[in-house]
Amino acid sequence: MLKEYLTVSSVSGPLVVVEKTENIKYAELAEIELSDGTLRRGKVLEVSEDKALVQMFEGTIGLDVAGSRVRFLGRTQELGVSEDLLGRIFDGAGRPRDNAPAIIAKKRLDINGSPINPKSRAYPQEFIQTGISAIDGLNPLVRGQKLPIFSGSGLPHSHLTAQIARQAKVLGKEEQFAVVFGAMGITFEEANFFMHDFRNTGAIERSVLFINLANDSAIERISTPRLALTAAEYLAFDLDMHVLVILIDMTFYCESLREIAAARKEIPGRRGYPGYLYTDLATLYERAGRIKGKAGSITLLPVLSMPEDDKTHPIPDLTGYITEGQIILSRELHRKGIYPPMDVLPSLSRLKDKGIGANKTREDHADVLNQLFACYAKGKDARELAVILGEAALSDLDKLYLKFADEFEDKFVRQSETEERPVIETLEIGWKLLRLIPQAELKRVRQGYMDKYYPAK
Amino acid sequence: MKNPKIIKVSGPLVVAAGCGGAKMYDIVRVSEQRLIGEIIELKGDLAYIQVYEETSGIGPGEPVYLTHQPLSVELGPGLIGSIYDGIQRPMDVIRNKCGDFVPRGIDVPALDENKEWQFKPLLKTGQIVSSGDILGEIDETALIKHKIMVPAGVAGEIVEIKEGNLAVKDIVARIKTEQGIKEITLSQHWPVRRPRPVKEKFAPDEPLTTGQRVIDTFFPIAKGGTACIPGPFGSGKTVVLHEFAKWSDAQVIVYVGCGERGNEIADLLLSFPELKDPHSGRPLMERTVIIANTSNMPVAAREASIYTGITIAEYFRDMGYSVALMADSTSRWAEALREISGRLEEMPGEEGYPAYLSSRLAEFYERAGKIACLGSDKRGGALSVMGAVSPPGGDLSDPVVQATLRVVKVFWGLDDKLANARHFPAINWLLSYSLYHDNLEAFLKNNICEEFISLRKRAMRLLEEEAGLLEIARLVGIESLTFSDRLILEVAKSIREDFLHQHAFHEIDTYTSLMKQHRMLKIIMEFYALSQEKLKEGMDFEKIVKLPVREKISRLKYIEENKLQEFEKVEKELRNSYA
Repeated sequence: MLKEYLTVSSVSGPLVVVEKTENIKYAELAEIELSDGTLRRGKVLEVSEDKALVQMFEGTIGLDVAGSRVRFLGRTQELGVSEDLLGRIFDGAGRPRDNAPAIIAKKRLDINGSPINPKSRAYPQEFIQTGISAIDGLNPLVRGQKLPIFSGSGLPHSHLTAQIARQAKVLGKEEQFAVVFGAMGITFEEANFFMHDFRNTGAIERSVLFINLANDSAIERISTPRLALTAAEYLAFDLDMHVLVILIDMTFYCESLREIAAARKEIPGRRGYPGYLYTDLATLYERAGRIKGKAGSITLLPVLSMPEDDKTHPIPDLTGYITEGQIILSRELHRKGIYPPMDVLPSLSRLKDKGIGANKTREDHADVLNQLFACYAKGKDARELAVILGEAALSDLDKLYLKFADEFEDKFVRQSETEERPVIETLEIGWKLLRLIPQAELKRVRQGYMDKYYPAK
Repeated sequence: MKNPKIIKVSGPLVVAAGCGGAKMYDIVRVSEQRLIGEIIELKGDLAYIQVYEETSGIGPGEPVYLTHQPLSVELGPGLIGSIYDGIQRPMDVIRNKCGDFVPRGIDVPALDENKEWQFKPLLKTGQIVSSGDILGEIDETALIKHKIMVPAGVAGEIVEIKEGNLAVKDIVARIKTEQGIKEITLSQHWPVRRPRPVKEKFAPDEPLTTGQRVIDTFFPIAKGGTACIPGPFGSGKTVVLHEFAKWSDAQVIVYVGCGERGNEIADLLLSFPELKDPHSGRPLMERTVIIANTSNMPVAAREASIYTGITIAEYFRDMGYSVALMADSTSRWAEALREISGRLEEMPGEEGYPAYLSSRLAEFYERAGKIACLGSDKRGGALSVMGAVSPPGGDLSDPVVQATLRVVKVFWGLDDKLANARHFPAINWLLSYSLYHDNLEAFLKNNICEEFISLRKRAMRLLEEEAGLLEIARLVGIESLTFSDRLILEVAKSIREDFLHQHAFHEIDTYTSLMKQHRMLKIIMEFYALSQEKLKEGMDFEKIVKLPVREKISRLKYIEENKLQEFEKVEKELRNSYA
C-alpha cells in the first residue's frame, strides 16, 4: 500500500509542493487524487529531506491545497513496449487514443533512455533515397542521421515530411521499416493530415503515433518525444527495424520547457529559454543513430517552425548545433510557387560524404553537388547584382550564372508532391544544368568526371 | 564523525549533510549506486556535490561516501589509442562490460591493469634523481616512446629500479627521499584542475603546421600556441578540428569532444585507425587520445572533460613531446558551467553565465605553452590548444567568444556566407588574425623560403583590395573599373578559389605541406606580376584572363606531395604564355 500524503502546501503554475515527505526519489512519478476523485500525474523535480517539488503533467486546474491526496509511485516514467505498438495511436503521455485497449507490455522501458556509448556507434553511411532532388542531390540523408526541417508558419513542411516518410528507401534493399510519429502541440488538422496520409498509403500498419494536440496539456508535451524515441529504440534495436522518427513541432516542445523553467523561477537564458535547453534537446536528438552489430537504425526528422523565420532564434540555433545538418525552407521560393521550397544554400547534410559516391549513388555525386552549390551561389549573387544595376550591366558570364540559377530552381528544385525522382535522374538534371556554364569555370569537378559526363548526350 | 547522507536532490546537484572534513573539489560517491560526484561548495558540514551521472531515482537519506581525493586522472602507458568519457572511464571497457548504452555508477580502471609493458630502465641504482627525470622508457606504440618520469615533488637516490614486463600498478623503482623511501609505480595520478609544473615557459617560435593552406600561410599557429575557431553551426568547425587532428605535425594529439555529436566521435574512431600520419606513415590512432563526452552524456562530466584532456596532454608534453589539444566545443563546456552555477543559485553574469567564466577560460588556455620540462636532461615540450566556440547564431559578441578572444593568440573566424557557397575551410580572411607572424618569421625564412613572408603579405593585400573593389563594382558595375583593378579581382579570385579553397575529403587536397603551399602561392603571385607588366605594355585584358595556363594553376592543388617538380613545368608554361 502506497503512502498517501495530504500535505500539499502550495500550488503555482504546474508545480506542487508536498511537505513532510519521506523516502522520495528524484524524478519519481507521483499521482495526485483531487478532491473530486480525478487522478492527475506528475514527476518529482526536486526533493529535499521533508519536501518534494512535483511538476504536474496535466496542469493544476481544480487542484486544492486541503483536499488533494498525493501518492509517490516509486518508479520513473516508463513505456510498456511490445511489437503490438505498431499500428497504434497514443496520446502525449502514452495512453491509447484509438479506443483500443492498452498493449500488453513485454518490457517496461525508462523513457529517458541511456546515452549510446560512442564506441558502439556505427557511422551512418547508407544513402536513403527520398525521391526529392533537392535532398538526394544536394543534401543527402543517410540512415541513422538526425536532420531537422527548419520551417516557418505557412510553409508546406507537413507535406514535405509526409512525402519523405512515404518515399524514403535504401536502394536495392527490402527491409523491415517503421515510422514513429511524435506530435507536440500541433493542431488537429495538421495531425489529421498525417494520419490521413498514413492511412491512405497503408503506412499506418507499420507506424506508431504519439499525439499531443494544441489543446492537450502543454506540460505533457515534455514526455511525448521521449515516448516516441523509446518506442523507436525498441523497434530499432530489439526488433531490428529501420525506424524513421518524425517529431513535429519542436518549437512547442521548447516552449513547454520554458513554461516549467519559468514556474520554477530559474534564471533564464536567451529569450527566456532555460540555460539547459541545449542539453535537453541533445538528450532527444542524440538518441538517433546506428549501433555496431545491430541491424536496425533510428533516423530522426524533427520539424520546427522558426519564429519570424529567424535561424538565430535559440530553438533552431541550438538544434543546428546538435543535428547533423538541416533542411531550411524558404518563403521566397514558396512565394514563387516552387515545391519543395527548399533553400538549398544554407541547408546542409553533414553525413553526406560517406553516404554518396561509387556503389552508393554514383562516383561523380560529390563533385557535382559541390559544383551545383558553387554555381547556384554565384547565380544568386548575379541576381542580386541585376536587381541593383539592371541585367544589361552583367558580364556575359554573370548572365549565364543568372540563367543557371533560374533554371536550377525551376528544373532541379521544383517537383511535384507525388514525384519520386531516382537519384541518377537527379544527377543527370544536375549535369544538364552545369552544361550551361563553360567547362573552365567548373573547378570543383575532377577532370575525369568532366570528360565522362560533361559532353552533351 | 557523522555518516554523510543526502538531504536534497535537484538534477545534477546533490546536497549532503554530515560532510565535516571534506575538502573542496574532493570526489565523493553518491548513494548505494556509487555515482561519481565532486564537491563544489561547502557550507558548515553541508557539501554541494555536482554528480557526473544521471541522478533519477536518488533521494534524501541515502548515503554519500567521501574519498578525500580530488578528481584525478591516471597517467601511464595505455593512454594512447584510448577513448575516455569526461572523467577518464574507458568507453571500450564499459562497452564490453555493459553493452551499447552507458549505464550509471560504473567503475572501471582508466588503464588496463593486467596488460604488461616492456620497461627499459635508463638509470641505475645509486643515481640521484629529481622531479621529472626519466627513469626509463616503454614502447607504447610505434610512434610514442612512453617515458616514466619521477613524479613532481620526489627527489633522492634510486635504491631499486626494475626491468622487463610490468603492469601499470607494479612498482618500477624505489627512491630514497628525505621523507623516506618512495615507491614509484608505472602509472601516476594527477588532479585535473591543477596544472602540471614546468621548469620554464618560452615564447613559441616554431609553426605547428596543419596542412591547411589558409591557416599555415595566412593565420599560422605556433607550437605551444593557442587558437580559437568560432562560427555558427554548419560553418565547418568540427571538420577543421578533425583536419588538425589528422594532419598537424604534433607528436601526440588529444581530442576532446566536449558536448558534441556522438556520430562525429564515431567518425574519428572509425577513420583514425585507417588514416596514416603523413610524417611517419603510421595509423593516426597511434598518437591520439580521445575524450568523448557527447552532448547527451551527463552535463557535469562535460565540465570536467576539458580538464581531463589537458592534464593528459600536459603529461605527454612533460615527456618532451609536442602535443596538440583540440576542444570541441568550449561553448558546451561553458554551458555546463552555467547550468551548475544556476543550480547553486549563484548571481549570474552576462547571458546567465557565471561571473568567473572568463577567469576559468583564461586558466585553461594558459596551460598551453612551449616549455622546458622538469628534469635534468633539458628536454623541451610544447602544448598547443585549439578550441572551437559555438556562439548562438554565430554572434561574436557572445560572452564565451569574447572571453576566449582575450586570451588566445589566433582567431580563425568562420563565415556562414562562405560555408553556404561551399567554400571550405570557411575561414574569413578579412576577419581572422594570428599574432604569431613575428614569432615564426625566422623559422619560415630559414626553412621554407626567404620570400615566403613577403608573398603572403602581397597576397593578403590583394584580398583586402578585392573587398573594396567588389564594393565599388556592386555600385557602378564591373565595366567601369580600370583593367588593372579588374586584374586584381581576377588574381584575388584565383587566390580564393585555387589556394584558399581546400577540399577536406579529397585524397590529395586534404593535406598540403608548407613547401607546396609556398610554391602554389608563388605561381599565383607570379601570374599577377607578369600580367600587370604585360597589361601596361598594352596586352589585351581578355586575353590575359583567358590564358590556358590559368586552368593549370587552378589544378595545382591536386599535385601530389612527392611530385613537386611538376610545379616547374607550370612555372615555365606561365612564363611562355605571354609570348
